[in-house]
Amino acid sequence: MLMFEKAMVGSRRYWEWIVFLLALIALGGAFYLRQLSYGLAITGLSRDVSWGLYIAQFTFFVGVAASAVMVVLPYYLHDVRQFHSITILGELLAVSSVTMCMLFILVDMGQPMRVLNVLRYPTLHSIMFWDMVSLGGYLLLNAVIAYTMLRSEREEVAPPSWIKVLVLLSIPWAVSIHTVTAFLYSGLPGRTFWLTAILAPRFLASAFASGPSLLILLCLLLRRLTRFDAGQEAIQKLGVIVAYAMSVSIFFVLLEMFTVFYSHIPEDLEHFRYLYVGLDGDRHLAAWMWVSVITGVAALVILLVPRLRKNAVLLPLAAVLVIASLWIEKGMGLIVGGFVPAPFGDVTRYSPTLPEWLIVLGVWAIGALMITVFYKITVSVREAK
Amino acid sequence: MRDRVLIGLALVLFLTLVTYPMWHAVYARTTAAGPQLKLPQTAKTCVAPVAFMRASHMKLLINWREGAVRDHRLEYTAYDGEKYRVNLSATCLGQCHTNKKEFCDRCHSYAAVSGPYCWDCHVDPTTVVARRMP
Amino acid sequence: MKITRKEFLRITGLSVAGAGAAKLVRAIGVAGPAPPSSVSAKRWGMVIDFQRCRPGDDCDDCIKACRLAHNIPEIPERAHEVKWVWKERYEKVFPFQQSDYTRRAYQGHVLPVLCNQCAQPACVRVCPTAATWKREDGVVMMDWHRCIGCRYCMAACPYGSRSFDWEDPRPYIKHLTADFPTRTKGVVEKCNFCEERLANGRAPACVEACRQKAIVFGDLNDEQSPVRQLLRARFSIQRQPELGTGPSIFYLV
Repeated sequence: MLMFEKAMVGSRRYWEWIVFLLALIALGGAFYLRQLSYGLAITGLSRDVSWGLYIAQFTFFVGVAASAVMVVLPYYLHDVRQFHSITILGELLAVSSVTMCMLFILVDMGQPMRVLNVLRYPTLHSIMFWDMVSLGGYLLLNAVIAYTMLRSEREEVAPPSWIKVLVLLSIPWAVSIHTVTAFLYSGLPGRTFWLTAILAPRFLASAFASGPSLLILLCLLLRRLTRFDAGQEAIQKLGVIVAYAMSVSIFFVLLEMFTVFYSHIPEDLEHFRYLYVGLDGDRHLAAWMWVSVITGVAALVILLVPRLRKNAVLLPLAAVLVIASLWIEKGMGLIVGGFVPAPFGDVTRYSPTLPEWLIVLGVWAIGALMITVFYKITVSVREAK
Repeated sequence: MRDRVLIGLALVLFLTLVTYPMWHAVYARTTAAGPQLKLPQTAKTCVAPVAFMRASHMKLLINWREGAVRDHRLEYTAYDGEKYRVNLSATCLGQCHTNKKEFCDRCHSYAAVSGPYCWDCHVDPTTVVARRMP
Repeated sequence: MKITRKEFLRITGLSVAGAGAAKLVRAIGVAGPAPPSSVSAKRWGMVIDFQRCRPGDDCDDCIKACRLAHNIPEIPERAHEVKWVWKERYEKVFPFQQSDYTRRAYQGHVLPVLCNQCAQPACVRVCPTAATWKREDGVVMMDWHRCIGCRYCMAACPYGSRSFDWEDPRPYIKHLTADFPTRTKGVVEKCNFCEERLANGRAPACVEACRQKAIVFGDLNDEQSPVRQLLRARFSIQRQPELGTGPSIFYLV
């Protein structure tokens, strides 16, 4: 049933990794229990900056989840044969990422035991309601697709014909989950930093850069740890996708900068100034944003020069740089930038606290555990053939 | 031979666990007596028949809550025609069950009902010094 | 007539999908924030007289009254403070309105600020559980039983009117009253226009408490109400009206 028995056999190193992850989950869980009993006051959030690290992680990983479409679309619609063996990896990454997203929302909520109120009292004019629907649907979709494909592979039969419909459905759905997430921000009249039509395209571009980057790293890891090889061509193709997506993503950021700085409207300028220069003496985010800029540009240089992109050391380095750059910019940069300055012009410093980081680490560990188990099953199925 | 000892030990452990409810009752001196409730002193009739309240007072409270908060239905006409103001602190506690500890809590703790989080927000009038609102 | 299992599942599935789709279309049709109330219905509003609310004074009448009436906690940490009505400096309430030439005239002036009880509230638009909604008489209500504490409404409010209970507020309530519930940790709260007093025909606590009678309350849809009379007679401004939220709080300059 669900082939979990394949994840129950492994080397010593495999089990050490599993135990390590379980320890991180337990640690995060303990701090989450503390948060449940005391309240969100244990985080660094405030009346002015009411969303922070948790929602930042949610935003970033919705992008990673949506990026599965970057391997599914070429393979199923355009017969890119090289992606044959990695579509399953993309789909399983999507399942793990969406689960992490939903967990990040849950840990951010003040009354998590009431979460089902969103389904009990569906409020159709609320984007958050649609976000829950689309993420839930995407999770279900990818779980069914991944399981069906993998099970068919194991039984050595062709997948059932109806799976094609689901796969085709998952393509626009992937785009929709990240568009809906962008809509969470881009329809709020009071937050000028987010009130831009280009937010959804920005989200998609950065998703299609960070997701495939993570997939590249996972493929290289699998090549090192198992006999599963995604193939040099597939990995290179992913690199090209990341190159294009990262170029567009950086271009979009520059477009935002032009509009804001050329129009010179103070209300819009202030958020960018806060992020990249600092305001009222609060400069702590500026350093991080410049790290994001430098890593992003460095990654782009590697990705755009074919000789560098094909290098076995530089490609994974570029992937890491892309993830770091976008994690900062799309995560903390986007969320905190929207809240500072606050409606009354206050510059309120937000720094995640240790409990906050440990809860985040716990959720990452859950995602990592899911990916580990899923990929173990996949590799076992492949290696058995 | 060794097995017989182990089997014996396991049997003793099993019997201990299975008879736990019996000897724990003796140890904790539990009785079959139900909770001793202090009935309201001044209010003689209830907003609903006693049998209904005993079985479904939660349903009544939820209806009152949704009606009062969301639909602005602030008055309730009881089965006997009596009108009540829909208010947990002022009516349920203030007018009738003035002693929460010796009425509400007695049954709740007997039945180990921990669900009602009403008191996280709603205030038991007996716990505050009465004051007129300015 | 024999039906195969496949056929049966197909028919059942399509029927459920059809029924669900019909329900969805109907639900979307009635969704959306409340339409603007008709002229005959009430629309509660407030006019705050800048001239009467004495600038730079240590007067806290409105804040104290509201706090007492609603069990509002006094949390010392600024990051976690809960406030329904409070004072802000003029240049923070109406930012980007002064230049170097005009700044001196406004320096030191403070104004009470509170939830604007908007006609087209952004917070109501975004709430995923309808824990906040707009009542027919214009009050933007909060249902603390339903709120899941997602704080989306806080992100949506352009005016910074909403507070969140980052921890249990009870220890910080100096004078507990049983006349109004407290809130619990994990929910969002804001000024409720004293709807519990409105139900008894009384004016909001801040209005009654102001020693300068600087806050006037009334029905914006009633042409003869004191608020409408003031708005006809004096020049007034609102906070960020260009956002289309339709605030119900006016400031007389």
